[in-house]
Amino acid sequence: MTVVSETAPAPAPTPTRAERSERTQYERRLGLTLSAPAFIVMIIVTAYPLAYAVVMSLFRYRLTDPEGRKFVGLKNYLTVLTDPIWWSAVSTTLVITLFSVAVELVLGFGFAWVMYRIIRGRSVIRTGILIPYGIVTVVSAYIWRYAFQLDSGFVNQWLGLGDFNWFGERWSSLFVITLSEIWKTTPFISLLLLAGLVQVPGELLEAATVDGATPWQRLWRVTLPNMKAAIMVALLFRTLDAWRIFDNPFIMTAGANDTETLSFLAYRQNVTLVNLGAGSAVSVLLFFTVVLIAFVFVKGFKTDLSQVRGE
Amino acid sequence: MKGRKSDRWWTVWGVLILLWALFPLLWMVSLSFKDPETFRAGKPQFFPEQWTWKNYDTVFSDSLFTSALRNSAGIAAIATALSVVVAMFAAYAIARLDFPGKRVLLSIALAIAMFPQAALVGPLFNMWRGLGIYDTWIGLIIPYLTFALPLSIWTMSAFFRQIPWEMEQAAQVDGATAWQAFRKVIVPLAAPGVFTTAILTFFFCWNEFLLAISLTSTDSARTVPAALSFFTGASQFQSPITAIMAASVVVTIPVVILVLLFQRRIIAGLTAGAVKG
Repeated sequence: MTVVSETAPAPAPTPTRAERSERTQYERRLGLTLSAPAFIVMIIVTAYPLAYAVVMSLFRYRLTDPEGRKFVGLKNYLTVLTDPIWWSAVSTTLVITLFSVAVELVLGFGFAWVMYRIIRGRSVIRTGILIPYGIVTVVSAYIWRYAFQLDSGFVNQWLGLGDFNWFGERWSSLFVITLSEIWKTTPFISLLLLAGLVQVPGELLEAATVDGATPWQRLWRVTLPNMKAAIMVALLFRTLDAWRIFDNPFIMTAGANDTETLSFLAYRQNVTLVNLGAGSAVSVLLFFTVVLIAFVFVKGFKTDLSQVRGE
Repeated sequence: MKGRKSDRWWTVWGVLILLWALFPLLWMVSLSFKDPETFRAGKPQFFPEQWTWKNYDTVFSDSLFTSALRNSAGIAAIATALSVVVAMFAAYAIARLDFPGKRVLLSIALAIAMFPQAALVGPLFNMWRGLGIYDTWIGLIIPYLTFALPLSIWTMSAFFRQIPWEMEQAAQVDGATAWQAFRKVIVPLAAPGVFTTAILTFFFCWNEFLLAISLTSTDSARTVPAALSFFTGASQFQSPITAIMAASVVVTIPVVILVLLFQRRIIAGLTAGAVKG
């Protein structure tokens, strides 16, 4: 694999400068060579298919009818954006994302706080909460589905709900889907928040205590502002992750009762219906929604990504 | 006195968290030991009336599941190994060298970590068919490698940044050859970071579902999460619920073992990449 370094060597007036620039050049070339495989793999497997999707989204193209392939311009986008199915998927994804991220942020902070303060058994708790983190999402979806499902579950017996069918309507289905999502991903957010929490300088909290701040004031005025970077990064990651939700609705409801999410819609159009034209339009639109969310976080909420990138 | 009392409260909260994390697992195990014929008779209870291994027999005698287990293990292992090797070079460059494009590389990694995989299933589905790698191991390994790379690069570069690299030169000054200095000094220092990254990457590949159902169609490459979603039970007259739970228990065991053995490392890895510390 060859990587061309574009920087021409500057004419060096003194031998030391020449030596240094030679060293710099060597470092640059080595850096590029070492990172080239990662760079190339990431670009080829994402940028190329994405470009392919953009092109296909301009055609009427079904895999079942390859002869009927025809350039239609932006018509697919118009079809998708005027279809209530798309907007239903948008609202479903939005509801799941907002609720799961909001609950996880509060719950995750609570968990982080307990892990921060607890003296005995800290490592037991950390081990315990890593299990939901590591568990296969499909398994989590089945566990919660069968807990709530009428014929197999215990939830209705325990709560005295009789024959209430959780998967019979939209909102209760979304509740169970969100619950599974929250159970599985709160550990991740709580560990990120814990990492931010331990970095809050202890002297600041002591100073606030000396000045007579109540615990509540210390939390809102000292702890949280000092954790802002960690909170924003955790929020950004979880929001975009929740926005891609697929496994839980697929396993729990298969999209019934308007519980189809955007990723699910993209999957169904492309893979189940092999409707590659409209499916690609959904894919491209999904990509843009993600870009939009990231943009809002970075520009709107001033999320500092250099932390994430490790610069 | 007051201090000890509040300690006890924190312990109570800790127990509640633990219960929250582990209770669903108890339900999974319980359901997996229920009798597939009778578990729905009457009002379903939490624990089985009779404990039975039947579901585990069903699962392990079903070639769909055993081949899926093989596929999952093989694909996850290969994708993890490849991803860790490729990311290791990039992470070394990021942690140690100054080169143009470093920011670009980190930004691309970030973008791909946030990328909606569902936007790629259509094109990949079509391209993989054209290339003849649809429904093969390699067809899943390539995207898994790609989507695992950002995580691997961050985690490892965060670990590599903490390595005291001067020790390599110090060893060479003390008379070690470059290779010896690398092998005896740097490798032991870098190994924990590489290993932790491998665990996290393995979790990602073990868990992946969307690409697994989109890019496979038979048991030649279908992984466990995908196979679970197609599982129909021992016969069409029997509910697959208890058997699915038995299969779920089986795929959860490696996760539990890794978590129990490497709890500290996993947490260090999860937070190293995201929060500078």
